[in-house]
Amino acid sequence: MTESQSPTTSTLRARDYKSGVTPVWCPGCGHHGVLAALTRALAHLELPRERLALISGIGCSSRLPAYVAAYGFHGVHGRALALAGGLKAARPELTVLVLGGDGDGFSIGGNHFLHACRRNQDLTYVVMDNEVYGMTKGQASPTTAPDWQQAKLTPHGTGMPRFLPTAIALAAGAGFIARGFSGDPAGLSRLLVEAIEYPGFALVHVLTPCPTFRPEHRDWKGRVHVDDTGPSTDPVAAARRIQADDGKTLGLLFRRALTPWRAEQAPACTLEEIESGLLA
Amino acid sequence: MPCNRDPVAPEGMLAITGAGGHGALTTAQILLAALGRAGVHGLLTRAAGPQIRGGESAATLRFASRPVACMADRLDLLLGLDWANVERFVDELPVDADTLILQDVASVPPPPCLTGCGARVRALPLAARAAEIPGGRANMVALGALGGWLGLSHAALSAASERVLASKDAATRAAAIACLEAGLGLVEQGGCAPVGGAAGLWNLSGNEAAGLGALRAGVRFVAAYPITPATELLEWLAPRLPQRDGQLLQAEDELAAVNMVIGASFGGVAALTATSGPGLSLMVEGLGLAVASETPLVVVDVQRGGPSTGIPTKTEQSDLGLALYGLHGDAPHLVLAPLGIADCCFTLEWAVGLAEHLQTVAIVLSDQALGQSRAIVDPPPRAPQLPSRLVPDGPLDAPFQRYAPSVDGRSPMPAPGRSGCRYVAEGLEHDASGTPSSLAADHRQQLDKRARKLDGLDPGPDWAEIRGRGTRCLVTWGSSAGAVFEAAARLTAAGRPTRVIALRLIAPLARAALREALDGAAWIWVVELNQDGQLFAHLHAQRVLPPQARALARPGPLAWRPGEIVAAVLDAEETDD
Repeated sequence: MTESQSPTTSTLRARDYKSGVTPVWCPGCGHHGVLAALTRALAHLELPRERLALISGIGCSSRLPAYVAAYGFHGVHGRALALAGGLKAARPELTVLVLGGDGDGFSIGGNHFLHACRRNQDLTYVVMDNEVYGMTKGQASPTTAPDWQQAKLTPHGTGMPRFLPTAIALAAGAGFIARGFSGDPAGLSRLLVEAIEYPGFALVHVLTPCPTFRPEHRDWKGRVHVDDTGPSTDPVAAARRIQADDGKTLGLLFRRALTPWRAEQAPACTLEEIESGLLA
Repeated sequence: MPCNRDPVAPEGMLAITGAGGHGALTTAQILLAALGRAGVHGLLTRAAGPQIRGGESAATLRFASRPVACMADRLDLLLGLDWANVERFVDELPVDADTLILQDVASVPPPPCLTGCGARVRALPLAARAAEIPGGRANMVALGALGGWLGLSHAALSAASERVLASKDAATRAAAIACLEAGLGLVEQGGCAPVGGAAGLWNLSGNEAAGLGALRAGVRFVAAYPITPATELLEWLAPRLPQRDGQLLQAEDELAAVNMVIGASFGGVAALTATSGPGLSLMVEGLGLAVASETPLVVVDVQRGGPSTGIPTKTEQSDLGLALYGLHGDAPHLVLAPLGIADCCFTLEWAVGLAEHLQTVAIVLSDQALGQSRAIVDPPPRAPQLPSRLVPDGPLDAPFQRYAPSVDGRSPMPAPGRSGCRYVAEGLEHDASGTPSSLAADHRQQLDKRARKLDGLDPGPDWAEIRGRGTRCLVTWGSSAGAVFEAAARLTAAGRPTRVIALRLIAPLARAALREALDGAAWIWVVELNQDGQLFAHLHAQRVLPPQARALARPGPLAWRPGEIVAAVLDAEETDD
């Protein structure tokens, strides 16, 4: 833990942040673009690889830590934010990135998402949203449209409104909310740089099409649009903007300065001093 | 006086009941503190009704000039600050014809469930004396009366009052002392007034002792979700962890708590969570991840009556099955149980050391009877120091393999920040490098590696407390040990030599040592506080019990009393004869 910054960090390129393990993802999967954008952002920030920890849960996108040359933890379904929160609290000097999909983050992990937004630890949360469970072969996720009828579990559609990650993050108190697109690695990379530099909880909602179970999403390329008016800083204005959005707006939507979470501090005591308080 | 069984070392037991706000528990806490200052050992348990605040409660205090590890079979004295809803506690108030019942002169008489046995009732002017003192309270007058009965000095009582009421204002504290002075002479010294004089005693609850064990072991991160009866463990640690370069994080639920602990431990910090049965049920998923990824952590389960929400405020030892078998897959881990209040400290310290050394999960099964009871005890000893977490040493001459097999199954676990040995901790089955794998050979290799860590453990002498000799043997675990030790001592004194094997380390089971300890036992009982006989079934599955062994198991919420165990053993032997 006393490791000094590697002298070669500034010469690292995006490919040096790849582990060499071949991804399990299908050809054409948007996640390949996210991996490219992420390694580009890490190289841009010149982050020492041994001080970087990538934490994920379960799902196609949660396989990403294995493909990055950093420390990582591939945990259980839905709990990545909690695991990352414990790591960041114990080791605040590390750069901790959390990665996962829409099912992992918003269904089984939904409660942790709410409270990670509230807790405002200095974490970057990259959610790769393809509106489907890919690893279990094509079920509806919380972000799936209510009338999508291609899933065997919900042949008539879920009938439930979509979960709106950006609106819910705002309501739960997140201070950095952005949306990117896997088909735009350069733009996504810039958002990731800004998110990692943000001193608090940063949500990067990434639209990443699943060509296998949602082939119709190939049209996202033509539907996304960049909003370069800059982020809202007022939560009320941001709420209007996010609620009126078609879900395909790319860019930094909301950014606000908040005090990051900090552990309780107290003057040091010896064990003997603490034990003396137990004398009868 | 029946309480004065031993004129050299007299001992006794009293109880105080009262509606919420009448101060039954506070009165008992001050008495316990005063006994401790006088060098007397004691044990204080509390029973509360269902209300969060303002409900009725009962406090039971046993005292002796030797360590007290369980409640006695009968009460020498019962003080009723009032008798509202006392029927709810009748099981916890074992009165008999020799019990002295105290109450206020203006109070209604005790209900027949208490006086039917023929106990004497004596009325004292508690409220009247309190009314003469501005801010006076009847329970503090009663405290003085009880102090006199116990032979405690005014100095010991007033110092204890100052300590327990430290958070109150000066006027309240002064009124309390004036009241206890007014009560001191109301009752003459009883025959069971204890002999004090022991030096250096501690006053702590099982939850506090467990917290201290964690600090002694170097735990620096705790994440948890509040739950009865474990919360006080967390509340004790919350201000003290930052004093030890650590921190406590209140999680949104138990699923988060256990994963936060895994994350902190992955970061190189010894980490712990505490919960009760319902929370442990939620954490099981995370425990499997910790076992598979070889991330050390400790869970303290302060057990309560189950299943489901069960009986949150009362005790039971019914989570053993969950602790042993709750994880899916083949998931070797440690299960320990403290054998008393002070032993919560020793067992916790040892559990953290074992978990760190073996890079796995340790579940520590405390319970409400330990966690929420308070005792005057000898300071707990330190646990054996184990080699710490294995970390990579020096420059690596080959690509780092986090999960490389080894003779004892352990492999170096670097923390983030260490260059040259980055790895991804995996919950998926993996190969030696940590890369996910579903190959049969990798699965077998990693299962064997994780099993070997525990199979090869030499726990030393601390796996159990073994006392006594004899062909009669009581096997027990956790909090039941106190009553079992006392039952065995009584049986031995009655000419039926009895040995006790109280298990502190239940998994991995020290099979060879346990078989040796059982050698020559003709009668074997496995004593525990659950309906199914969970340890009994486990020991049979582990093939360590001879066929004549039998279960002595009953559910909570009342802890075992020694007389109950003695009676059951004698009854069974007579039937056999």
